[in-house]
Amino acid sequence: MAVAVRVIPCLDVDAGRVVKGINFEGLRDAGDPVELAHRYDNGGADELTFLDVTASSGNRETTFDVVRRTAEEVFIPLTVGGGVRGVAEVDRLLRCGADKAAINTAAVARPDVIDEITRHFGSQVLVLSLDARRTRPGSQPTPSGFEVTTHGGRQGTGIDAIAWAQEAADRGVGEILLNSIDADGTKDGFDLELIRLARAAVKVPLIASGGAGKPEHFPPAVAAGADAVLAASVFHFGPLDMIAQVKAAIRDAGFEVR
Amino acid sequence: GKPTVTVLDYGSGNVRSAVRALERAGAEVILSSKPEDVLNADGLLVPGVGAFETVMRELKAVDAIRMIGRRVAGGRPVLAICVGLQVLFEAGVEHGTEAEGMAEWPGKVELLPADVVPHMGWNTVTVPEGSRLFAGVEDERFYFVHSYGVQKWDFDVIQPRMTAPLVTWSEHGAPFIAAVENGPLCATQFHPEKSGDAGARLLRNWVEGLHGGSRTPQTGTA
Repeated sequence: MAVAVRVIPCLDVDAGRVVKGINFEGLRDAGDPVELAHRYDNGGADELTFLDVTASSGNRETTFDVVRRTAEEVFIPLTVGGGVRGVAEVDRLLRCGADKAAINTAAVARPDVIDEITRHFGSQVLVLSLDARRTRPGSQPTPSGFEVTTHGGRQGTGIDAIAWAQEAADRGVGEILLNSIDADGTKDGFDLELIRLARAAVKVPLIASGGAGKPEHFPPAVAAGADAVLAASVFHFGPLDMIAQVKAAIRDAGFEVR
Repeated sequence: GKPTVTVLDYGSGNVRSAVRALERAGAEVILSSKPEDVLNADGLLVPGVGAFETVMRELKAVDAIRMIGRRVAGGRPVLAICVGLQVLFEAGVEHGTEAEGMAEWPGKVELLPADVVPHMGWNTVTVPEGSRLFAGVEDERFYFVHSYGVQKWDFDVIQPRMTAPLVTWSEHGAPFIAAVENGPLCATQFHPEKSGDAGARLLRNWVEGLHGGSRTPQTGTA
């Protein structure tokens, strides 16, 4: 027996409310992150990720409140990303009941922040959120053919995505959330080449994200080297038992699930 | 009344989930490092997140090592979680340096020889006969987050009438110790407070044992 492949629904939270619509029946309040966290926990989610997409810093308080209320009631690991800049935000999130924080733009801008956070809280609390895309014709090529982007995939950095994954792992991140900007939103399946390259480069757990449209899309991502799979809309708009369907597909392909 | 549990408050990390999970398990919980709270509670929960050496230093700073020792000597229950389990062993080896632990049990905490580290996620456990902690959840998976583990158990039962501790194993790269039940002193490498229904049951098993049989069992807990 081995550690199970984790299936992780991701919720975008803005000013304390879930955005990007949810179409489950029987919800009292489809925008309440806590009610949805419950729903996913009952549906078999192995972890939950909240992505704080709040633009104004004044609304950040609502995110802390959401984390606090979720941790009161839901007893599976909770990762929170978005707006994490340093030790202070991570400390605040952990005290509210989060287990891990995901960092993206701030780490690209100042990689030392990874060392600072992991020295303080241990590697296991920090997830590197890596938005990678294939380099465009005309832009500076990278050795792997993938570059790091920031600001939700809108800005290219010219930094090699695989080299960055390696550097972040060396600096101490506990796992890497690898999101394919090219596959994101297509519902055509994960970017398997990206997963394979990252798997060959790092020892830390890899969470694959971007492109999932149906249960059959998940096993190839695991076969390519993902330790966990994360998705949003396939769960938000799928049938209630979608997590169970995804797990069945992964199990049928010969991998262990909870 | 409900059994009281103090969650040891030292350093940083997510202790809120542990407090809430114990409350749901039927305990009256406070978060504190004051000697009277740590020593007098029916149960003491020692969380642990971060590096072995850091956790030991932080425990020393609140005099927790002496207080844990006093509780154990008096037969008073202690449950340690994650790095809380690790520091109960003799030593921890992280990044090539060895740090001293509490040495309640023999053994060293060392890097897991696995392809993917940290060991992060839900894994199975092999529970020994007679476990009270795992009653009813022997076949469940629990949530682990760690890179280091105790991979050898050489506990010598020196005295003929001594009861050997119960050891539960898991595996990631190599077999490692997932839990120990040793009289009043129990510890888990995984996080029961993050292990959903299985973890809730394990915590309830522990909380229900805190009464020492002298009080009437509770009914109608969540």
